[in-house]
Amino acid sequence: MRRGWAGAAAVIALTAVAAWAAPSTRPPSTGPVDEQVVHEVASQLRCVVCQSLSVADSPSETANQMRAIIRERLAAGENPEQVRAYFVAKYGDWILLSPPRSGFTLLVWVVPFVGLGIGLVLVAVAVRRWSRAPQAAAPSQIDPAVRERIRREMSQMDKP
Amino acid sequence: MKASWLKWAIPAAVVPVLLLLAYGFKTNPHDIPSPLLNRPAAAFSLTTFSGAPISLESLRGSVVVLNFWASWCVPACYDEAPALERTWREYKDKGVTVVGVDVQDKEEAAREFLAKFNHSFPNAPDPKGRVSVDYGVYGVPETFFIDRQGRVRFKVVGGLTDETARHHLDALLKEPS
Repeated sequence: MRRGWAGAAAVIALTAVAAWAAPSTRPPSTGPVDEQVVHEVASQLRCVVCQSLSVADSPSETANQMRAIIRERLAAGENPEQVRAYFVAKYGDWILLSPPRSGFTLLVWVVPFVGLGIGLVLVAVAVRRWSRAPQAAAPSQIDPAVRERIRREMSQMDKP
Repeated sequence: MKASWLKWAIPAAVVPVLLLLAYGFKTNPHDIPSPLLNRPAAAFSLTTFSGAPISLESLRGSVVVLNFWASWCVPACYDEAPALERTWREYKDKGVTVVGVDVQDKEEAAREFLAKFNHSFPNAPDPKGRVSVDYGVYGVPETFFIDRQGRVRFKVVGGLTDETARHHLDALLKEPS
């Protein structure tokens, strides 16, 4: 029972760590206006007319125009960070699919892990209590008179 | 024994979530704060449907109502269209210019829209969406009020009414030029 819980907790923790680490792996850029860089910047920006889609993934005309703007600004010599900053200056942090890991929005990154930690501690405490409780409680609960009766009836059962 | 820690652990977990929900329900999802407020308005240079050039620079010194619309934006753009024309007629002699920017539209449909509402203020298409993104537009209609110094002062998301237009314009016109 305890091993089952520990296994589940380990899977949750590993998944969370993997999710945290994934966005930092960036494909290398090869040219001044590499389509891969355009895609990378676009994938970090929210498509403003969609529900939960990035500018890279949306087929909408707005997203198409935004990709053209990204391409244009990169061609003009801006780096991906500057292009991102341009969109943030116009739309605010709202445009970023991943809120910045600083200031108030840092909470969004930290609170789930704090919650997970507290949850794991609570589960561990509960599991310890459940696994200890029956051994301690069982023996002393029986009335001596009842025990004496059981003993007597058991011994009578043995007789032919 | 078991109840002693549950007594505080459950409220400690539930109360913050309830507070967050209460806060979320009280805020208007349409009120996404624009970082452009009180900042210099982005320059633009467009050609109107009648072929005349129009730029923010040429309107410096007057209060500008910059309205983003589209003929496919039903019903909000249709609802606000008469109010825009009325605002233009009421304020054009008081140092106010209304400018319409048509977003992601077909020219024929846009011209039909303008004819339907008899719009007499300048209207221009934004074929590449540059002006829309420069103003952080995420839907139509959106209306920006730009003061005489060229700063964005108010942003209205959704259909504009006569009352809202009057309220913002009167405030901006009262300011020393």
